[in-house]
Amino acid sequence: MNLDTTARRAPHGAQVSRLTAGWQDAGRAATLRQHAATYGLLPTISGRGGHSLLDEVAAARLTGRGGAGFPTGVKMRTVASKRGLRVVVANGMESEPASEKDQALLARAPHLVLDGISAAAEAVGANEAHLCLPRTRDWLIDSLLAAVAERQRAELDRVPVFVHDLPPNYVSSEETSLVHWLNGGEAKPTNTPPRPFERGVSKRPTLVDNVETLAHVALIARYGARWFREAGRADAAGTMLTTVSGAVAQPGVYEIEAGSGVGEVLAMAGADMASQSVLIGGYFGTWHDISEVARLPFTAAGLRLIGAAPGAAVLYVLPPGRCGLAEAARILSYLAGQGAQQCGPCIFGLPAIADDLAQLASARPEGDPIGRMQRRFGQIAGRGACRHPDGAVRMAESALRTFAADAHAHERRRTCLAAQRPRPYPPQSRTAQLDWR
Amino acid sequence: MSMRLEINPIACTGHGLCADLLPELVEMDEWGYPIIGDQVPNHLAVHARRAVNACPTLALRLTRTRRQQEKS
Repeated sequence: MNLDTTARRAPHGAQVSRLTAGWQDAGRAATLRQHAATYGLLPTISGRGGHSLLDEVAAARLTGRGGAGFPTGVKMRTVASKRGLRVVVANGMESEPASEKDQALLARAPHLVLDGISAAAEAVGANEAHLCLPRTRDWLIDSLLAAVAERQRAELDRVPVFVHDLPPNYVSSEETSLVHWLNGGEAKPTNTPPRPFERGVSKRPTLVDNVETLAHVALIARYGARWFREAGRADAAGTMLTTVSGAVAQPGVYEIEAGSGVGEVLAMAGADMASQSVLIGGYFGTWHDISEVARLPFTAAGLRLIGAAPGAAVLYVLPPGRCGLAEAARILSYLAGQGAQQCGPCIFGLPAIADDLAQLASARPEGDPIGRMQRRFGQIAGRGACRHPDGAVRMAESALRTFAADAHAHERRRTCLAAQRPRPYPPQSRTAQLDWR
Repeated sequence: MSMRLEINPIACTGHGLCADLLPELVEMDEWGYPIIGDQVPNHLAVHARRAVNACPTLALRLTRTRRQQEKS
């Protein structure tokens, strides 16, 4: 093993190269040979006993890296305990616009993800596996198809892996959307229960895991739980990929030790010292004053007290002089347009609050948009089949809280020069027809 | 044992019959979709069942649950 397994204390926080080992030299997808040179070959599960990997993943205290943060070992054991043949689905959809980590991982270390799929499939007793990618990233699909073919020639995997291109919509990355699509339906969330672990692809028990989570499984299969926990803290083990963007000198994907402070991660990326606010967790996240969060660990447990969560490990630093309300309004409008158009509160509620926030952001309020929004928040959250409306409401609420002074100034029609500056992402057309199949 | 009224938000298209038949438990949001108080007291069980049967899209369901096992 020539992988550097120890956490290096960088000047700012802890950057660790596990998943990212070799990213710098490769600059493109690592071939199977390069991959094996970095990590060695995946030990055969039969040699270790399929159940030992379940134990190792549980002992490693690995949690899902897709956003929900559920303990991976628990999920794998639950699927493995179900009757009949199981299915593994790797979620590489990464529909969160502020996240780039999954595509960065897939683009550079496809075999680490495929190792993880292979190991997880054997450990839970699956006889087929599916890798779901957004069809807008066709270069990534080509690259992964080539990697799968390379492995077939080497006769590496006992469980076949099928690569799929799905509609790239925001809610299409939800695990029930993937299962529904793989079963021949639209990539829209479905009612739960049943959750995929009970009845998923072809009505079989299905393990759906994020691609980064599976890459960690591939490393745990090689080096074990104790090694995995050498990085991180008791309540947040291992490393995690995080995407930092906005007003930072070096935006991009960083592999950090779990439990690093929010301030450390921001410093790592060279955040503009004059910036005051940060969006934690992406479009599904929450806005905060940097001073409020800088000392907190960038973990679910560390951020829970202030109502935040790392989500897919996203930090977006609001550039100084830009209006946070305008940013939040743009994001809310995007989320309103990305709904699956299935549930009333999402079809009507999200566009309504998106309009309220847009009126407020443009400092041309009609009536009392703040009061209207506060009332509507309570009518929307928790009433959809999936969590899409809940996340949108949480983001909007946090914007009103964090930019409260701005909100009241805008409400009194005080012109905000910052709101008129160019926007970092193009505004989304809400009437656009989305493709779901 | 208690009764619980559940809504399938995907099936619901906002006809509003449930709010007419069961105003004690069903409130409408401003877009005409029902907001439901999920616990059904015994004296409303008959009305709740009528609302379930009247829903044109079969979006309502009445289930029996033990109090301890209810999800938050």
